[in-house]
Amino acid sequence: MKKIAFVLTLLIAFSACDSDDDNNAPQFLISVSHSHNWDGENVSSDDIGITEFTNENGEVLKITRLRYLISKIILTNSTGDEISIVGTNDYNLVDLSDNNTFNYATNIVVPPGTYTKISFVYGFNEEDNMDGAYEDLNSVTWNWPGMLGGGYHFMQFDGTYENPVIGDDPVFNYHNGTAKVSDGVFEQNFITVTAENLSINSNTVIDVKMNLAEWFKNPNTWDLNELNTGLMGNYTAQKRMNENGQSVFSVYLGD
Amino acid sequence: MRYFLIILIALFFLSCSSSDDSTSYVPTPVNLEIPPLFNSLLLPPSVPTDNPQTLEGIALGRKLFYEPLLSNDGTQACANCHLAENSFTDPNRFSTGITGEMGTRNAMPIFNLVWNFQNNFLWDGSASSLEDQVNDPIENPIEMNNTWPNVVATLQATSEYPELFEQAFGSVIITKESIAKAIAQFERTLISGNSRFDQYLLGDNNAVTAQEINGFNIFMDENRGDCFHCHGNEFNPLWTNNAFHNNGLDSSFEDLGLGGFTGDPLDYGKFKSPSLRNLAYTAPYMHDGRFATLDEVINHYSEGLVYSNTIDPLMKNIAEGGAQLTTSDKADLKAFLLSLSELEFTTNPAFLNPN
Repeated sequence: MKKIAFVLTLLIAFSACDSDDDNNAPQFLISVSHSHNWDGENVSSDDIGITEFTNENGEVLKITRLRYLISKIILTNSTGDEISIVGTNDYNLVDLSDNNTFNYATNIVVPPGTYTKISFVYGFNEEDNMDGAYEDLNSVTWNWPGMLGGGYHFMQFDGTYENPVIGDDPVFNYHNGTAKVSDGVFEQNFITVTAENLSINSNTVIDVKMNLAEWFKNPNTWDLNELNTGLMGNYTAQKRMNENGQSVFSVYLGD
Repeated sequence: MRYFLIILIALFFLSCSSSDDSTSYVPTPVNLEIPPLFNSLLLPPSVPTDNPQTLEGIALGRKLFYEPLLSNDGTQACANCHLAENSFTDPNRFSTGITGEMGTRNAMPIFNLVWNFQNNFLWDGSASSLEDQVNDPIENPIEMNNTWPNVVATLQATSEYPELFEQAFGSVIITKESIAKAIAQFERTLISGNSRFDQYLLGDNNAVTAQEINGFNIFMDENRGDCFHCHGNEFNPLWTNNAFHNNGLDSSFEDLGLGGFTGDPLDYGKFKSPSLRNLAYTAPYMHDGRFATLDEVINHYSEGLVYSNTIDPLMKNIAEGGAQLTTSDKADLKAFLLSLSELEFTTNPAFLNPN
């Protein structure tokens, strides 16, 4: 008898919870999507090694590899509460050659309404950029050398460009991470990207767009003949990447 | 006496029913022995759920690894071309099969494969699992030149193997799948993670020399060795990214590598980055064993790079042939690389011939 009473109590408790939830406003599911373009023209894995792009400085280049790290996607509601949008991890290594890294679901649900902002970090912020802390990133050798400040790469953008003087297509390694000022002195180099005043009225995709052309354009016109390889320990190059990176990303909420 | 006979018959049937009941038999589970750095820095090893590690499976796989009956004429085992003393590779540039013909690639060393999360094995990525990998050497006409029905029938006809398969997989009936599973289980136990450099990373500052530390710094310097983009770092104890690259060996390709498997011209001339562990025992080097010494390998990246249209952009200064390391940098880099070798791995009694 006692047992039946206990089960009944439990049932009532759970149904009470249920009805509580039902009284709330509908909740909408959040997912994340990454897309890439060159000044508006879509860039996909099919373009790797094939499509020629002309940068602001007039160099014709091809992409061999593009991988980059996005972390800390945060939605802020009208009362200032921050909702962390987390997939498998609190970060995502996007690889242009692997469509599986472009889109991911989360288990985050939010009520409809107006949100003051959505933001994410390109790379890791200082607090998250810890040496060897992420097993999956270690496993793909994504680390940034300790002599350059350690932590992890933010981006590896590798390719070839045409230079008639050199002949066979020379290469570039546009790798970005912590900037080394001098031996043992380092400067943070991540970028926070934000969009403001957003509304959510249905299941929503956080759409992160990367315009690759901007890495070479604004405010620094990038000359691949001068800055091509060995850039990781080049302070000036790292800071220019950071400056150009400010206009590379944009974030939208879509259905 | 009659009762005794009845009991005996009853026991006989009981034992039969229990040994025939393959679904109820469970071999002894075994955990992999994971080195401390691997444990703290890498994702957990990827062991397939349909082939868990067991004491009996590993023992059988080890016996099969050293079993010449796998070859058509009963003369060659896996271990003939994957020698423990050479970190399970072949000291010969090309391995010779049972017919006397030679292959065209250097046998790959076998260790730490349980952390190949991409599940693409061999120089060209053509095997999708360690179980899958077993197929080619058995059937390849210039290797063991056998057929699976013949391998299965040969082992089934022996006095010892049916019982060992029963202990490992619950059935005396030997199959192609159970052979591959057993060998894969043994190969997953081949773990190397206790070199002097590992000991240094674990806190023993006396485990390495100043020259080796300097070599590591060259390895990690994008403007000198720049080895780390493909070959790991202090936080990736595999010392490989398990990915495929064209590392500037040739201007055109006789062996298409990954491209021969995928059919994609963009993959032509790409081969798997091998781990840098145990280089002291794995000469010759590269997919075709073209370099007899580590000095030749380092010279290749320093002055010998050759352009081709799929060359990896991580190969720099191609027009000048490469990184242009100084003589002392080369010596230090070589010293560091050799500090990743572990003699105990090549002499571990658990990995040697049990037959």
